[in-house]
Amino acid sequence: MKPSLLEVEDLHVRFPLAQGMLEAVRGVSFTLGHERLGIVGESGSGKSQTGRAILGLTAKPGIVTAKRLAFDGIDLMEAPPRLRRSLRGSRMTMVMQDPSYSLNPVMTVGQQIVEAYRAHKRVSQAEAREAARAMLDAVKISQPDRVMALYPHEVSGGMGQRVMIAMMLITGPDLLIADEPTSALDVTVRIEVLRILDQLVAERGMGLILISHDLEMVASFCDRILVMYAGRIVEELSSGNLDQAQHPYTRGLMGCVPKLSGDRHPLPVLTRDPDWAR
Amino acid sequence: MAGAILEARNLSVRFGVGRLTIAAVEDFSFALQAGESLGLVGESGSGKSTVLRAVTGLNKPAGGTILLDGTPLAMPRGLAFYSAVQMVFQDPYASLHPRHTVDQILAEPLAIHRVADPQPRILAALDEVGLGPSYRFRYPHQLSGGQRQRIAIARALILRPRIVLLDEPTSALDASVQAEILNLLEQLRRDLGLSYMLVSHDLAVVAHLCERLIVMRGGRMVETTTAAALRDGSVTEDYTRAMLAASKGFARAPAGTSLSP
Repeated sequence: MKPSLLEVEDLHVRFPLAQGMLEAVRGVSFTLGHERLGIVGESGSGKSQTGRAILGLTAKPGIVTAKRLAFDGIDLMEAPPRLRRSLRGSRMTMVMQDPSYSLNPVMTVGQQIVEAYRAHKRVSQAEAREAARAMLDAVKISQPDRVMALYPHEVSGGMGQRVMIAMMLITGPDLLIADEPTSALDVTVRIEVLRILDQLVAERGMGLILISHDLEMVASFCDRILVMYAGRIVEELSSGNLDQAQHPYTRGLMGCVPKLSGDRHPLPVLTRDPDWAR
Repeated sequence: MAGAILEARNLSVRFGVGRLTIAAVEDFSFALQAGESLGLVGESGSGKSTVLRAVTGLNKPAGGTILLDGTPLAMPRGLAFYSAVQMVFQDPYASLHPRHTVDQILAEPLAIHRVADPQPRILAALDEVGLGPSYRFRYPHQLSGGQRQRIAIARALILRPRIVLLDEPTSALDASVQAEILNLLEQLRRDLGLSYMLVSHDLAVVAHLCERLIVMRGGRMVETTTAAALRDGSVTEDYTRAMLAASKGFARAPAGTSLSP
């Protein structure tokens, strides 16, 4: 049997602080096939740290431990840094939240995509440029040649995010982790970026982990949803069964958002039970 | 119009000079009635925040007039204006002085307006926003995002303004905290008889808090509509309809609706 794309068992991320150990992720386990998985939680729930730990991007002095963390059968906990570096960017990649912070401000967009490609593929500059142009075309940028000559400050938020997606997908990865890919974008642009992601993931048969605070958006996009609270997964849901959520946190999270469909005053607020974090 | 407490006529704001001039707001008018809550909705760059900043005097208008109680406002705004109109900013992490305690933050407007005996006012202001006196001598970094936004609201309300300008007051906050702040704003408006002008990119938030709203795009007004019209979808402009569709979430199998401008 083919191993699943990603296996995570009992993942912990800890940060030693002056005040003691901060447990950002406390025993997260899941497996991912070639599907769209959403991880939802509020700030501080450990959702981004989970994504970073999978890629090996946990900031120092963070400590990552896991019973098993395997990507396509490769044990990532045992893998030497060299191997992890070669996997990162070529077979597993990450799209960050804000394109204006995560693109290099002093390189043109084209140079950055070419650099990302040539870091993993032995190709000439000209071939890499051709691939970059094709990739920008795939993310629906209408004039790829013009855009490649631009610096990040010259592109809009939505276009910057599409450039990021192009850069991350150009190596043809098997796993894409998207950390709040649309939170910095306007609603109308948001849908466009999601549609591009959706199409590319479907075409290429990738595994996708979408990390977000927006339960409704994730539910409309992903096949399966993990709800995180205080470093743990409190509930796993299939996206169609959102209304069957059992955990009071998930239900509270869904209830407290103002909706256009219903006028409720005052909004129900989430009362946190200390038991949830136990 | 009678009864409008805050009004702008043909307001325009431009940035830059010569060839690089950008018209952030162009020929924009609105009228805020007493006790009303008016929403400004638009995408980034639509000029919605600039309108609020022009009202407070943070941006100098290039044309048009802004009237408070029917009287045109002069630059710089005087003390009387700021005791009637206050603003709450978007990012509670950036709008509070990091080296001032809550007490100093709340005392400053009182000192500027030479209010005698500020102590009880500070305690009352904390109480109004649902924070106890124990928060009084904390620094902003010792507070959560929601608590910081409560302090920013307390600072705006401590002079008892009639109009509060809210610039994306909840967009930096988590969903559950957003609900608490929205409820607080609603309750304060009811208790103190305030008028709000709310800027947001989130249609659901605006529909929740405001009865009437203006949709902006590229510095101009697209449509004036009501929260009820947003809810039943009876908006007239295509752009508003596209925004409504987009805010409903992602739908697979695109139905051929183009959202791009």
